[in-house]
Amino acid sequence: MKDDIVISAHDLTKVYKMGEMEVHALCGVSLEIKRGEVVAIMGASGSGKSTLMNTLGCLDQPTSGEYFLDGERVADLNDDQLADIRNRKVGFVFQSFNLLPRSTALSNVELPLRYSGTSGGRKEKARLALESVGLGDRIQHRPTELSGGQQQRVAIARALVNNPAILMADEPTGNLDSKVGQEIMDLLLNLNKEKGTTLIIITHDRKIAAQTERVIRLHDGQVKEEVAA
Amino acid sequence: MNIWQSVIEALESLNSNKTRSALTILGIVIGVAAVIAMLALGAGAQDTILGSLSGIGTNLLFVFRGGEDESIRNPAPLTIGDAEALTDTFSAPSVEAVAPVLQGNAEVSFGGEASTVTLTGVTPAYFPVRNYVVVEGEEISEEHILGRASVILLGVEVADTLFDRREGLIGETVRVEGQPFRVIGILEERGGGMMGSQDNEILIPFSTAQARILRRSPADKVDVIFVQAVNADSVLLAEEEISQILAQRHRTAVGENDFTVFSQQDMVDTASSITGILTVFIGGIAAISLLVGGIGIMNIMLVSVTERTREIGLRKALGARKRDILTQFLVESSLLSLVGGLIGILLGWAIGFVVGVVATNSGTPFEPVVGIDAVLLATLFSAAVGLFFGIYPANRAANLVPVEALRYE
Repeated sequence: MKDDIVISAHDLTKVYKMGEMEVHALCGVSLEIKRGEVVAIMGASGSGKSTLMNTLGCLDQPTSGEYFLDGERVADLNDDQLADIRNRKVGFVFQSFNLLPRSTALSNVELPLRYSGTSGGRKEKARLALESVGLGDRIQHRPTELSGGQQQRVAIARALVNNPAILMADEPTGNLDSKVGQEIMDLLLNLNKEKGTTLIIITHDRKIAAQTERVIRLHDGQVKEEVAA
Repeated sequence: MNIWQSVIEALESLNSNKTRSALTILGIVIGVAAVIAMLALGAGAQDTILGSLSGIGTNLLFVFRGGEDESIRNPAPLTIGDAEALTDTFSAPSVEAVAPVLQGNAEVSFGGEASTVTLTGVTPAYFPVRNYVVVEGEEISEEHILGRASVILLGVEVADTLFDRREGLIGETVRVEGQPFRVIGILEERGGGMMGSQDNEILIPFSTAQARILRRSPADKVDVIFVQAVNADSVLLAEEEISQILAQRHRTAVGENDFTVFSQQDMVDTASSITGILTVFIGGIAAISLLVGGIGIMNIMLVSVTERTREIGLRKALGARKRDILTQFLVESSLLSLVGGLIGILLGWAIGFVVGVVATNSGTPFEPVVGIDAVLLATLFSAAVGLFFGIYPANRAANLVPVEALRYE
C-alpha cells in the first residue's frame, strides 16, 4: 500500500499571460508522491508553490506536462470531471479557513457531501468528521462563534468528510499562533496515521516542514532539492 | 445537489441580507401589482361598457342619415316614410319593430328649477325596442301620438332635479321650452351610458316633438330610426333588408348609400376592441415597471456574485460543478421574483378592489375582474423575469475559474 503512487507529475509547466508578459510559474516540475506519504512543499513567495498545489489539486490545468492523480490522467478531464475529482479525491485546507460564515459547522462540513450527491446519512457523516477533529460538541456553532484553531478544525473535517486520497493544506497554520498551529499539525499527522490519507503541506515554516517525511523545495518554478526530513 | 436543498440555501442567503432582498422584491411587487391592477380595471371597464351596451336594447339596429364616410354629398334625410317602409313585413321579414325618433336638447322647468336635458320624441314602439320600462304611470300611446298630446315621461335624474323625489309626480305639469306638459310616467333608472347619463332624459310623443319642440325641415324628417330584429340570428338579415329598402327609396347608386345601418353588435365589437386595445396599452405600460424590477434583480445578483466570488471559488474547490453554481444563483433570482410576484398579485388585486369600491360609491357601478389568466400570466411572467435577468449573473458565477475566485479579495 505504501509503495503505490498517488501523484505522478512529469515535466509540468504553467504559463500565465499578464498582458504582454508571459510569467512562467512552473518550469518542468516532475515529482511522485506515494499513498500515505507526508510531504512538505517549501519555497520563497513567487517560487510557484501555490501554482503547484492548485495544479496537483486539480483547481487548475497545467500548460503542458502529464499529471496522473490516483491513476487518472487529469489533462483528459473536462470541467465537471475535474469538479468530481476535487470532490472525491482531494481535500483542501486553506490558510484563511474559507468557511461559509452563515452556516453552522455541521452544514459547512456537509457541503462536499451535497455536491457528491450523497443522499443518505449526510448529517451523520458530517458529525462523525467533526468528532474526529475533536469538535463533536460544537456542531451547531457558526464560524464567528469559534476560535481560529476551531475554525481550522472545521475546515479539516470538511476536507476529510468524503474520505479523499489526498489532503492539501496551504499554510494551514499560517493564521494561527504557534501553540494552536502545533495542535493543528498534530491533528493532521494523526489523521495521516489513522486513515492513511496522503498529506501535502505547503509552508514557510521550517518547524512544520521538519515534521514531514519529505521536503520538496521549489525555486523559480523548478524543484531545487528533495530531502528526506 | 437537489432543488429543495438549493431553495433552502437560497432562502438562507437571501435572509442574510434582508433589506437588500426586500427592496429587490419591492421592485417586482410594484411591477406585478401594476400589471394585475391594470388588467383587472381594464377587464372591469370592458364588462361595464359591454353591459351598458347590451342594456340599450335587444337585437337593436340604428339607422342614421349620411354615408359611412364623407364622400356621399347631400344625403337625403330619413323620413317618417322611410320608417314606415321598414315595417313592411313582406320586404323586411326580419324586422320586428321600428321606432323613429327626434332627438335634441331642451330646457325643462318646474317652479324655480330648470335643467337642460335630452328630449326624445318617440312612438309607442320605442319602449319595447329600447327596453325602456315605466316604473310609475303609463307609456306613450297611439292616442297621444294622434292627439299630439302634451304629455311627458321623466328620467329619474330629471325628477330628482326638478322635484327632489321620484314618486307621486303623475299629473304634475312641467314646462318644456316654456310649453306646459303633463307628467304621465317616470322611467326606470338605467344608469350611466356610453354618452353620459341615460337618466337625464325626457320622452314626449313623436308628433308633439315634431310639431312644437324639435321642428325639422323637411317637416317629416326623423333623426334616428331604431329597428329591432326578430331574433339575434336575423340581425344581419335585417341590416341587409333595411339597406335594400332605403337604397331603393333614396335612389342611391350601388355602394353609395346616403344612410348608415349600424347594429348593436357592431357597437359591442367596436367597444370591446377599443377597451381591449386600451387594456393591452395600459397593461404594457405597467409591464415596463416589471421590466425595471427585473433589471433590479439582475443588478443585485451581479453585486451578490461579486461579493461572493471567494465563496464560489470555495464551492468549486469542494466539488461544485458549473451547473450547481448556476442553479444556486438562478434559484435565488427566481425566488426573489416569485415572492415579489405573489405579493404583487395580492396587492394588485387589492388595488383593483379599492378602485372598484370607490367607483361604485361615486355612482359608476364597476367591478374589477382579476381573471385566473391574469394571475397565471403575472406568475409566469415574474418567474420568467427572475430567470431571464438571473441568467447573466449566474452564468458569470458559474464560469469563474476556481483558482482566481479563491484568490479574490
